[in-house]
Amino acid sequence: MQLTNRSKIVSDKHQTAMEKLYLPAVLKGMSITISHLFKRTPTTKYPEQKRPMSGVYRGQHVLKRDENGAERCTACGLCAVACPAEAITMESAERKKGEEHLYREEKYAKTYEINMLRCIFCGLCEEACPKEAIFLTDRIVDAEYERDDFVYGKDKLVEKMDKRIDVTKRQTLAVAQFKQIAGTKHNTLWNGKQIKGKH
Amino acid sequence: MLSFILYKLLVCIIIFAISLGVAAYSTLWERKFAAFLQDRVGPDRAGPKGILQPLADGGKMFFKEEIIPNVSNRFLFILGPSLFMLTALMTGTVIPWGKDFTTAAGNTYSFQITDINIGVLYLLGVVSIGVYGIMIGGWASNNKYALLGAIRASSQMISYEIAMGISIIALIVTSGGTLSLREIVESQDEGVANIVWQPLGFLIFFVCALAETNRAPFDLPECEAELVGGYHTEYSSMKLGLFLFAEYINMFISSAIMSAFYFGGYNFPFAKELYHAIGLQEGSIWISLIGFGAFFTKIIIFINVFMWVRWTLPRFRYDQLMNLGWKVLLPLSLLNLGITIVVEYFRGNIHF
Repeated sequence: MQLTNRSKIVSDKHQTAMEKLYLPAVLKGMSITISHLFKRTPTTKYPEQKRPMSGVYRGQHVLKRDENGAERCTACGLCAVACPAEAITMESAERKKGEEHLYREEKYAKTYEINMLRCIFCGLCEEACPKEAIFLTDRIVDAEYERDDFVYGKDKLVEKMDKRIDVTKRQTLAVAQFKQIAGTKHNTLWNGKQIKGKH
Repeated sequence: MLSFILYKLLVCIIIFAISLGVAAYSTLWERKFAAFLQDRVGPDRAGPKGILQPLADGGKMFFKEEIIPNVSNRFLFILGPSLFMLTALMTGTVIPWGKDFTTAAGNTYSFQITDINIGVLYLLGVVSIGVYGIMIGGWASNNKYALLGAIRASSQMISYEIAMGISIIALIVTSGGTLSLREIVESQDEGVANIVWQPLGFLIFFVCALAETNRAPFDLPECEAELVGGYHTEYSSMKLGLFLFAEYINMFISSAIMSAFYFGGYNFPFAKELYHAIGLQEGSIWISLIGFGAFFTKIIIFINVFMWVRWTLPRFRYDQLMNLGWKVLLPLSLLNLGITIVVEYFRGNIHF
């Protein structure tokens, strides 16, 4: 009984005289290999050449500062809740008088740690963040010798004042508006400009 | 007399250096060529375009830990690779690298270390001793994989030497019954190269040369899937380097022998017309050098063909190897010898 049409008739016929010579087959094989001598190699010579990265590549995180240089993070913990790999931990603290130029709001993250070995770079933390504080960037996490060195603290995560990190490609208008609809009055800036719309 | 000895010494050193240099850069080119055939780039980090790679490899080999197994026979263990390397270098002595040249003082010098009148026998003899290098090395390792690899290597080389020898006999019949390599090359001076009269003989010789040099598709002795590392399993550091390096020297020498036997050596088409057009006198050193260049070009082409075959064909199974050697190549070479004798008789080159 035939169930499918996929069965093949197996042939056990002997080789013909031409096939027994082997030489035609050998020459055919050699012509195939030599044709590859004239093909372009697809290799990217990595340290010198780099392949273009997507503008929304999900690499190492950054904790953004606002336009005055104050940290945007308020240690609300939404990123840690959103994180499926449980890579984010933080401790919050209250802002003291005279620290207004350091922290944007009354509460801030005293410590903020991401374990880069746990992180799966899904980007849910930046999606969850109501303060536009955490973003993934196109930087690659470096290799380390110790496992402990993969736990990145604020020293590595918060962007440096002299080396601001451009996230405009991922912080699109659509994203900003979406977050605004989600209902936080603080997210009124997009690329430094006021977003029009209902609050 | 002193100048003769000095000249021969100089030729020895030059040929030694060329053999080693070509072998060193064959290792790089092998990897580059394989990379090109596989749409890769190959080694390109050591120096510009990777040309310092052989030096880096050699340096690495020198600084590796040297391990001589406790249970091995120490003397034979060291003798094995030395013998293999020695025989690989010895085969270069009878190859005529270029035409003789005459100096202004009237002395004639030859581009050859020595032209012995049994050069072909010498070649076969030295190549056979090369088997001992592998055999001794594999046996002295006191390791069953090394021993199996060595047995494979020696039985393979002995089997293919027969077909090779018979195809060489046919070649000698064609080139006028001489055993001197120089005379074989000179016999192709006028007219055509031996490949025209010996196409089948060349094919047999080429296949046997692949088997003799342990190159793919006949690299069964170092079949790592079955035998770990083959006859050099227990070897490390520069002794392993010698084994690997001697293989490339063998490849260079067998390319040289093939181009001398079948492709006219230092002769090339329209050579006389070219020399006449440039205005070179018979016996000028420039004729020798141009001939050497032609010879070297042929050798390089053959080395490339060796590599091309290696990166195309998969390895033979051992019974297939023996079948090919004994049941195909041996009868074919006998047939070739018979045909050659008949043809040469009617061409009038054989007199009884």
